Amino acid sequence: MTDLIRLTAAEIAAKIQAKEVSAVEVARAHLDRIDAVEPAVHAFLHIDGDRALQAAKAVDEDVAAGRPAASPLAGVPLALKDVLTMRGAPTTCGSKMLEGWEPPYDATVTLRLLEAGLVILGKTNMDEFAMGSSTENSAYGPTRNPWDLDRIPGGSGGGSAAALAAFEAPLAIGTDTGGSIRQPGSVTGTVGVKPTYGTVSRYGLVAFSSSLDQAGPCARTVLDAALLHEVIAGHDPLDSTSIDAPVPPVVAAAREGANADLKGLRVGVVTELAGEGYQPGVLAAFEAAVAQLRELGAEIVEVSCPSFDLALPAYYLIAPSECSSNLARFDAMRYGLRVGDDATRSAEEVMSLTREAGFGAEVKRRIMLGTYALSSGYYDAYYGSAQKVRTLIKRDFDAAFGQVDVLVSPTTPTTAFGIGERTDDPIAMYRADLCTIPSSMAGNAALSIPCGLSACDGLPVGLQIMSPALQDHRGYRVAAAYETARDAAQGGPLITRVPELEVAH
Amino acid sequence: MTVTAELMDYDEVLDRFDPVLGLEVHVELSTNTKMFCGCPTGFGAEPNTQVCPTCLGLPGSLPVVNGAAVESAIRIGLALNCEIAQWCRFARKNYFYPDMPKNFQTSQYDEPIAFNGWLDVTLDDGEIVRVEIERAHMEEDTGKSLHVGGATGRIHGAEHSLLDYNRAGVPLIEIVTKTIEGTGARAPEVARAYVATLRDLLKALDVSDVRMDQGSLRCDANVSLMPKGAAEFGTRTETKNVNSLRSVERAVRHEMTRQAGILVGGGTILQETRHFEEATGTTRAGRRKETSEDYRYFPEPDLVPIAPSREWVAELSQTLPEMPAQRRKRIQAEWSLTDLELRDLVNAGAIDLVAATVDAGAPPAEARSWWVSYLSQSANSRGVELGDLPITPAQVAKVIALVADGTLTNKLAREVVDGVLAGEGEPEQVVDQRGLKVVSDDSALYAAVDEALAAQPDVADKIRDGKVAAAGAIVGAVMKATKGQADAKRVRELVLERCGA
Repeated sequence: MTDLIRLTAAEIAAKIQAKEVSAVEVARAHLDRIDAVEPAVHAFLHIDGDRALQAAKAVDEDVAAGRPAASPLAGVPLALKDVLTMRGAPTTCGSKMLEGWEPPYDATVTLRLLEAGLVILGKTNMDEFAMGSSTENSAYGPTRNPWDLDRIPGGSGGGSAAALAAFEAPLAIGTDTGGSIRQPGSVTGTVGVKPTYGTVSRYGLVAFSSSLDQAGPCARTVLDAALLHEVIAGHDPLDSTSIDAPVPPVVAAAREGANADLKGLRVGVVTELAGEGYQPGVLAAFEAAVAQLRELGAEIVEVSCPSFDLALPAYYLIAPSECSSNLARFDAMRYGLRVGDDATRSAEEVMSLTREAGFGAEVKRRIMLGTYALSSGYYDAYYGSAQKVRTLIKRDFDAAFGQVDVLVSPTTPTTAFGIGERTDDPIAMYRADLCTIPSSMAGNAALSIPCGLSACDGLPVGLQIMSPALQDHRGYRVAAAYETARDAAQGGPLITRVPELEVAH
Repeated sequence: MTVTAELMDYDEVLDRFDPVLGLEVHVELSTNTKMFCGCPTGFGAEPNTQVCPTCLGLPGSLPVVNGAAVESAIRIGLALNCEIAQWCRFARKNYFYPDMPKNFQTSQYDEPIAFNGWLDVTLDDGEIVRVEIERAHMEEDTGKSLHVGGATGRIHGAEHSLLDYNRAGVPLIEIVTKTIEGTGARAPEVARAYVATLRDLLKALDVSDVRMDQGSLRCDANVSLMPKGAAEFGTRTETKNVNSLRSVERAVRHEMTRQAGILVGGGTILQETRHFEEATGTTRAGRRKETSEDYRYFPEPDLVPIAPSREWVAELSQTLPEMPAQRRKRIQAEWSLTDLELRDLVNAGAIDLVAATVDAGAPPAEARSWWVSYLSQSANSRGVELGDLPITPAQVAKVIALVADGTLTNKLAREVVDGVLAGEGEPEQVVDQRGLKVVSDDSALYAAVDEALAAQPDVADKIRDGKVAAAGAIVGAVMKATKGQADAKRVRELVLERCGA
């Protein structure tokens, strides 16, 4: 049974349809695994085995009755980041503020997963309100990296990434505001995709920074990510920023790419995303990946995107500004935590006490940063300037994509750092998103795929592949081709080299 | 600290100061659904029954713009002679208040959908004042707070507060004038006439109920004074809670006399929000804010910009109804009214009611007479707006028809109207239930006449002797006996007949 948890999502779905295994057996295998490794990993905030088994049973009944599968992923277990609403389960966003809150509605992504027959195992841990790069900002304790339990699994979606690397689920949903899907993917040796902004509905995604947030697929293989991508993407009238355009053909791209070379493809290496501050082991793995792309027939050119140097500071004005407004609603009036309501205190005092007690330090820091940046007299200098930088970044991307088909960089400058190592140094923590932020700011598609282990510490390194907006399939094609070549060169998927976890009995 | 300065005599205010006005009117649109979600907007529903994740601001919810509201906003802008933005955005106005579910209001800031317009306002004596419109922008309404346990119904001193979010997210258009200067003594009247004209315009556009009493039309009056000959505006106050046309006028007038009193005493006007007190006709300071509110406006990232095509705007401009001022001119001609008669009609707020009564079949003269005299008096004595009387133009037309066909006398007709106003049903029902029909049965009248003649034999003799004028006493007695339900003319004929005169 244990090998069920090592299968890809595509394999699981095929076996279920071929009646080689039942969806219930698959769900049980994963629930058993969760029982065994959760004490060590802590990827989940909420697990609902009964509900998962029920969903799996419904898929098995479809198969038995000969009904067509709801989707190519029917019956496959999935871990949902706890920032997306789902009826009948709490949504906490990793915050005390929402402890115990059960949303009365499903996020569009959740609804599409359920309609596609995916088996949702539970909700995954995250940095509070998706603010962080290590999952240490969760009010419910950190998630640990299955590659080294003393290290962080990245963030904010560390729970989703760790669940994949720990074989607790073959698929997960993440959300990416400045790198929260890609950076955890990178440090856990998994695939993480940030789709083009506007292609996956944000309805039911508890907002951190509305103009940047985007949900996306997390998986262990490129094809699995593509299959999940097509389930969740597509226009949603409930999200005004949702793009009314066909979903890019990412599954076809992943399938074709897996058996193809990259002849005729022009790949740009972003010169600004390397150098000082990047671990030698990361740079070496990245350069090896670029060499592999060249071997596959791609033409490699250096591309300069000078505004990318401004991306991080600009991001830390825009995202906190939007968050200061988005998180204003947590005021103890209608739902969630309420502190100090002793029938003598005013609503304002209760609001203030609740926000003091309910928000963690990083969330408060960003609310204060954003409140300041939007203040009268400072708006032009901060928020206004940051929006101008955003335009410059888009122009750099436009110019770059005029010369090349995709851009590449390391996903994050370092491998997984130690738990507690950067908690007292916010700037060092923020630098984890140095390479992922430009695509968040511009809204184009970007993904991270494992590209080897660092020679320095043996931990996974991620290759980031960036594509123009709505050209998500380009990234999948390159990633799939690279994945095949990488596995051939390295004698099998990287993820198989994750250490065996101590299993609880 | 409460320093109360003397109010200054109004004439003295005008000798020393020039008033400057700015009026902000909030209009609730009568769209079927809210500004950013599909919830219904009906007034008076059970608290918190017209709500959903979006208008409750639940985590993860998102707004979607109501196209009908945008259409109304553009039509309002066009009717106010505004330019319509080629491209504009919503913005978030950030401040904490429990009746605002997201703790920001989705509004428009520096990119309103309509701007730079004007509205001509006709004062009571026919003078026309052009009020410049700065902007009309779209936003969402807040919920309502009900403060329980305090003496005043205000938050101060309340034991607890109840929140009703039914109104949260109802579409609002805020219409802001440029500063209105140079109106002198007529400033309060201009303020009232502006709101009245705007109300008529919005009603004609059929975009809102424009009920000031229900809050679907709300006016905030900004008033400041500048000493005669001064070049700079004085500090303004913003008076809220002005819930009727009359209150608009009173509030402006009161603020002028209050501010003048403070200024001549060497005091300074605080820039503050004040609340109008209907009972006393005065304004009182709102809760003092320690710091000026910084709303931290920024473009709403959850919504895409609105870029109404010029074709659409042109199409909407074709849907504008006849404007109230033009309509008045037409009606004046059709009903052959003098300027004075038209003005009375306008001042009584009766134009639409009379027109509807005429449409229901009544002759214009009778319809006008009913609304501007008897019904206006009824409205005054009840302290309500004419249009809020519980009688419809169709019912008035029916009463007029009953008089015309002889079923009712004018006196009986007023009783029927009273019955309708008292909720006794349709005019015919009131006639039946109160037994108000004219007695047209001659045999009944003969009996009454004979009785009266027998009771006053001396008068009867005089009539028989040819003193026909004496018949009046008998007619009066018969009318009294029939409780006024007889036709006096017919009674007189019968009296003379009986006396052989």
